Amino acid sequence: MFMAKDESGALARFGVTDRDIEQALGRVKVSNVDYADLYFEYCQSESVSMEEGIVKRATKSIGQGVGVRATAGEKTGFAYSDELTSKDLNIAADTARYIANSTQGTAPVPVTHRPALARNLYPHDRANVEVATGDRVTLLNAIDAEARRYDPRIKNVMAAYNTEYKVMLVATSDGVMVGDIQPLSRLQVTCIAEENGNRQVGTFGGGGRIGLEYFQNDQRYLQFAREAAREAILNLSAVDAPAGVMPVVLGGGWPGILLHEAIGHGLEADFNRKKTSAFSSLVGKRVASDVCTIVDDGTLPFRRGSLNVDDEGTPTSRTVLIERGILRGYITDKLNARLMGIPLTGNGRRESYQSVVLPRMTNTFMLAGESDPEDIIKSVKNGLYAVSFGGGQVDITNGKFVFSASEAYLIENGKITRPVKGATLIGSGPDILTKVSMVGHDLKLDEGIGTCGKEGQSVPVGVGLPTIRIDEITVGGTKA
Amino acid sequence: MTMTREIAAPDYTHLAQDLLARAGKHGATAADVMVADGETLSVQVRMGAVDRLTKAREKRLGLRVFFGQRSASASTSDFSPDSLDRFVGETCALAKAVVEDPVSGLPEPGHYAAECPDLNIYDATKLQTDQQIDLALRAERAAFAADSRITNSEGGECDSSSGRIILANSHGFFGHYANSSFSLSVSPIASNDAGMQRDYWYGVNRAFSKLESPEAIGQEATRRTVRKLGARKVPTGRVPVLFDPEVAGSLLSHLSSALSGYALYKGASFLIGQLGRQIAPEFVTIYDDGRMPGGLGTRPFDGEGLPTRKQAMVERGRLTSYLLDTYSGKKLGLPSTGNASRSIGESPSAGPTNFYMVPGTTGPEQILATVKQGLYVTDLIGFGINMVTGDYSRGASGFWIENGELAYPVEEITIAGNLKQMYATIETIGSDLVFRGRIASPTVKIAEMMVAGN
Repeated sequence: MFMAKDESGALARFGVTDRDIEQALGRVKVSNVDYADLYFEYCQSESVSMEEGIVKRATKSIGQGVGVRATAGEKTGFAYSDELTSKDLNIAADTARYIANSTQGTAPVPVTHRPALARNLYPHDRANVEVATGDRVTLLNAIDAEARRYDPRIKNVMAAYNTEYKVMLVATSDGVMVGDIQPLSRLQVTCIAEENGNRQVGTFGGGGRIGLEYFQNDQRYLQFAREAAREAILNLSAVDAPAGVMPVVLGGGWPGILLHEAIGHGLEADFNRKKTSAFSSLVGKRVASDVCTIVDDGTLPFRRGSLNVDDEGTPTSRTVLIERGILRGYITDKLNARLMGIPLTGNGRRESYQSVVLPRMTNTFMLAGESDPEDIIKSVKNGLYAVSFGGGQVDITNGKFVFSASEAYLIENGKITRPVKGATLIGSGPDILTKVSMVGHDLKLDEGIGTCGKEGQSVPVGVGLPTIRIDEITVGGTKA
Repeated sequence: MTMTREIAAPDYTHLAQDLLARAGKHGATAADVMVADGETLSVQVRMGAVDRLTKAREKRLGLRVFFGQRSASASTSDFSPDSLDRFVGETCALAKAVVEDPVSGLPEPGHYAAECPDLNIYDATKLQTDQQIDLALRAERAAFAADSRITNSEGGECDSSSGRIILANSHGFFGHYANSSFSLSVSPIASNDAGMQRDYWYGVNRAFSKLESPEAIGQEATRRTVRKLGARKVPTGRVPVLFDPEVAGSLLSHLSSALSGYALYKGASFLIGQLGRQIAPEFVTIYDDGRMPGGLGTRPFDGEGLPTRKQAMVERGRLTSYLLDTYSGKKLGLPSTGNASRSIGESPSAGPTNFYMVPGTTGPEQILATVKQGLYVTDLIGFGINMVTGDYSRGASGFWIENGELAYPVEEITIAGNLKQMYATIETIGSDLVFRGRIASPTVKIAEMMVAGN
């Protein structure tokens, strides 16, 4: 959260005055508009990428604009502009007000600058976010060398270092103006291994609301290179994955994508207000075994899914979604909290000024249990142990979800044996967590690679999971 | 209700030329500039009322500069003269910081698109907000009216957009075109004792007059939704699999990704070394056609200014071409195929324009009749596709086929195989090709795949 003087600096960057903002808000916030806001954004992103041992691509993108939104009952009116003159602000305000069937308001809405929160989840040094291109090149070259040194069967290394520096300022008809600076970095490595015509791929990545030093600490970037190379080499010896229903043990960290797909989306308030979610009537009911407690927490320092305030200016929080197996509540934005009469959780997010606010997850994870991870593996006679995944997807309405393993092993007689090729796992959201019989004490958050898509909008998110045992789930391999 | 108009927008010709000149002053040896602007109006309705109205006008420019064989790209939405001056300087600084790439550069002069033929991709019809609201409401109403089991809705949506693209480079190429898009969709929800199911249907066209009626779209959405009620799992096993045209299009989309020159030279495609080889049965022919009149992937020139064309990608089962831009072509020792695709401010990549499988002569019902026991897939979810190996495993739903007929709906199953194998074992292709996007396929029957269920 920036200080008062930075806020006026940010406004100066946007080239608008408090008076412009108050007038535009007044124009849109007529009596039958429940709520209105102006969201100003400046975003600069940079990417440097390497392949074939050459750092050959560098790109930079600068975007800025304002989104004006009005809500009336269930209706939302929205307009955005990449021009920030008071004339453009007023045109956008008039467009957003269209849903209210009303002439323009004339009384400005006074707004006060809200002081900074005591906490800052991602204090940053601008210099560290705007890494010199030369430093990125050095880092990527070292990654290439490390992956090839790991094993001569690594034939190509692709790596990219991306950073984003976003300044946002939201002014609401509640009379509040609040801003935030949101840095974001991500380092991604992909290796291709080849042996006797068999080619396989391995990937690893990570990041968060952090700067270059995160990747340099303990030479973490070299570890990323080795992990990507290891997965590619491992997959050279992978056998066909099994097909059918079986017990599956998920490793900690990124496999938490299960929670994101199986229950997270289904608990976003908009789907439940519209009663289009498979979870719509299940608050207070059992949707998981009693070893499962799941939270969404936007307040974890430096995490990819964290935010000081959401995109409506509400401070983020920790929301218990499932407590010992019982569904407790939904994640909300202002529109849905108001319409449903439920608490505001600080989950109103948008991809940019060009998109409307939706209730979205931040960091979603299961709390640690009491089982020893080794005992969990031992408990399975024959099944699958999956430790790394690609993406996942869910059909909110029938609750069916998938997520695809990229590193997995057979469990035979309680022991991890051979690696298997990637396979998609499919289950039913309201049902799958009732089949979780063991939860490890080893909660791990993911490395910081998740991007969630909803209604065409992408936002960074985090997930986390301890080692867990699912008694049965359908595994989509090719081997009967 | 409609009126026509010219796009009244600033002339960016001078802006593009000015940026090229400024890049030259900074020492760039070559450069290209792409400017895009456009406007959109999106209307979403739900349960008979307006849910969301979005209106915007936006612009963006992208600059790519070369310093010998070093290059960088950047984009901005801030067109003020001071900002642009800084922007050109920063882009040039970025290029000087990367490593020389001996293959980099603009296409050679003499190959650029000489003219911009009218390809029917711009319709000047301007819809009024109330007209779009009416279309979306009618589509949703038609969905509800079609079946009493439709009890809820994710809503109807009607969008219109128009835009312009300008591309100019330091070799003297200058080209521009305008395009438009009109779309209408509805997503009803059906419910009964067995639970809820959702599906949707849509129309999209560059010409408003060719958009299907809201009633037709609403009724089809409902037909697709109610038939899913009561879906169940099926036993695990190996069976013939039919892909309806919508999901068969996704198989073509994977093929086009594997044919991209970038995937190929990086060693990240399952089709490496297959040019000239038989990859599918003789009755399979696939085209990429950048000049198809009114096509959603149609454009007069590609992202580098080279002319688009119609070319066979797979001819009688033999792989005859990759999808290439200048850079990936050079890496593979081949000329560009005019398939440079370009996001503003990115260097080009290579991708399809209008990419489709030539239909066969067998109707989808006839194909169904050949299956004693099998799966008819209508929906696929998830990302279980390994482009390096072709390994394929996705969540599926659709219908179980028994004795040539759809017996009952199925869900919570996966289908798995390998894309190379799947293409090699296509058994029949349908006669039912309809363009509803840039990539289009008729019904496809694959001899056998692994289905995982109970």
